Amino acid sequence: MTRFITENTGAASAGGCNLLPPSVQPLVIVEPGKSLTALNLRELWTYRELLYFLTWRDVKVRYKQTLLGATWAILQPVFMMIVFSLFFGRLAGVESKGIPYALFALAGLVPWTFFANAVTNSGNSLVGSANLITKVYFPRALVPAAAVAAGLVDFVIAFLTLVVAMLYYKVGLTLNLLMLPVLVVLTTLFALAVGMWMSALNVKYRDVRFALPFVIQIWLFVSSVIVPSTALPHEWRWLLSLNPMSAIVESFRAALFGQPFPWQALGIATVITAVALVYSAYSFKRVEKTFADII
Amino acid sequence: MIRVENVGKRYRIGQPQAAYSTLRESLVAAVRSPFKTLTRNNEPAEFVWAIEDVSFEVKPGEVVGLIGRNGAGKSTLLKMLSRITEPTKGRILLYGRVGSLLEVGTGFHAELTGRENIYLNGAILGMARNEIVRKFDEIVSFAEVEKFIDTPVKHYSSGMYLRLAFAVAAHLEPEILLVDEVLAVGDARFQRKCLDKMQDVGNQGHTILFVSHNMAAITRLCPRTILLDQGHVLSDGPSHQVASEYLSGGLGTTAAREWPDVSKAPGDEIVRLLAVRVRAENGEVHDVMDIRKPVAIEMEFVVLQGGHELTPNYHFFNEHGVYLFVTGDNDPAWFDRPRPGGRFVSTAWIPGNLLAEGTFIVGAAVTTRDPEIIHFFEREAVAFQVIDSMDGDSARGGYSGHIPGVVRPMLTWDTRYTSEQCETMVDVAPR
Repeated sequence: MTRFITENTGAASAGGCNLLPPSVQPLVIVEPGKSLTALNLRELWTYRELLYFLTWRDVKVRYKQTLLGATWAILQPVFMMIVFSLFFGRLAGVESKGIPYALFALAGLVPWTFFANAVTNSGNSLVGSANLITKVYFPRALVPAAAVAAGLVDFVIAFLTLVVAMLYYKVGLTLNLLMLPVLVVLTTLFALAVGMWMSALNVKYRDVRFALPFVIQIWLFVSSVIVPSTALPHEWRWLLSLNPMSAIVESFRAALFGQPFPWQALGIATVITAVALVYSAYSFKRVEKTFADII
Repeated sequence: MIRVENVGKRYRIGQPQAAYSTLRESLVAAVRSPFKTLTRNNEPAEFVWAIEDVSFEVKPGEVVGLIGRNGAGKSTLLKMLSRITEPTKGRILLYGRVGSLLEVGTGFHAELTGRENIYLNGAILGMARNEIVRKFDEIVSFAEVEKFIDTPVKHYSSGMYLRLAFAVAAHLEPEILLVDEVLAVGDARFQRKCLDKMQDVGNQGHTILFVSHNMAAITRLCPRTILLDQGHVLSDGPSHQVASEYLSGGLGTTAAREWPDVSKAPGDEIVRLLAVRVRAENGEVHDVMDIRKPVAIEMEFVVLQGGHELTPNYHFFNEHGVYLFVTGDNDPAWFDRPRPGGRFVSTAWIPGNLLAEGTFIVGAAVTTRDPEIIHFFEREAVAFQVIDSMDGDSARGGYSGHIPGVVRPMLTWDTRYTSEQCETMVDVAPR
């Protein structure tokens, strides 16, 4: 395509002034951080489509070139369930509140696997997106958030195995099931809080990458996944309630199997989640602008 | 519109994490950190200002070039404007939606198909989904990858990959577009297509800030250019002036090279090179030349051992390394004659309206023809740039687009009106 232009440059810029009078407020002011301001929720909202695309990318990419694809989301908790059933159910004879141990374990493993994967992926997400972060602006919180959201997709798939197992063991449905969405939201928010904090720490201290799998592994043992909290001596049980995942896992079972909810522990878990989320958001926000310089 | 007010960016050099030696300390510090960042920033340490006291304003619809040596702070400035990193002091006001293009294919994922990457990349660059949907076909045809749109990009050739990445970026239409040196890649034809597209965007009243080392592209696209040096604005004005200041200020190519120490100068026991210079018509050493004006290449050499027939010659290459031509001394006074010892200056004149615009690298040599001896051949002795202005009296004729070719001679055209008849040749009976 050929175009001839004639001394239009000055005219173009003069004409441009009319399009946007100088009196217009600047859309963005970039200046040294005024520090402790909350996450810019309005900005996050305008970038919601990017959150969708980043999540979609994570989901899409995760199982590309794998033979079994999304089946992995099922295999992980199912194999853990088999191993746990053998060792803890059969050999150790763990008391599982009158529910077949396999089902007991699976009902704990499904939310736990979601949490563990979400925190791990989210914790490594910022470092893994270094090329994005140094080249383009967007609210950085989207990166760990997308990693958590992508975990939700796996969670839904893994949940199907739980449905199958419940049909197999002929577990009756109760109104307790209505609590499930609440519990999923709580797990997601707690995973986001931990994941976001870890991701920010990871940028500065790569130790996180090594420490995280280890921490998650230990965390599993104190989250009532293997052993119900009631198996613990009464005077130690309050310690477990400081771990929101323990309350979430127990409530998850309560919802599925129609058992009474541990309301007190769940309340503490909600408060801890809220505090963790606010703290995580603040500490993330605080270092967000320096990511590109130190990543 | 962009307004940059006294902006500075300071980087710490050395080990930024030296203060924390163990994981325990690190974790403790990390837990406490929300309340101690500012104090930590004020600690005296080894700092370097990548950008210092930079102020300028870009009006709506203005297309401005940003040039400077490597390390002058161009990329840092662009990163602050794109909000990737924040300034240490000063402030930047951005009036309008900003799109930044610091890299081609940011966020491209090798496992995803071309189609998927268009959506992902578009979203990352700040396009809304319906905007991408609307422009999808245009992007695909611009990138010329229609057949492979559902193939993972890891199977793409590097050319296809770059074209697709460019295409997405080229269809970004923010009010403010920041572009960093992205046009340095890709084949020439596609580069031209992108430059044309950018010019289109510029003509539509979008504000563009364009970083490049390609002076030809800068002078063609941007009426105004800002020259950065060591974090400061060295010059800000019409592109031709600023580009020529950049190039002649020793900041770019070298128009003159001298070898003050004869014993270390290129050459042998017979002849040694002393200096090579590029001079403009008025005799000034200069490395930006007007395409219409003749250019003199001057070589100063010393003959240490008389009695040899010597031919000074020049070898011309363009920035792509294409060997353009060779010219040898044909002055009848010395042609085929042995030279006495002493100093000589040989000048060759390249006529105006011969070279195309771009960078030219000149190699200087002195040879003996029989027996064939190369006494020295300094391959990249000097370099200069040729700029084709839009004045309309060069071969460009006021055309603003890319003109291919390594030479751009001004030829005599003769067009006659031969007949009023409009019938085509088909109607004429063959002889």
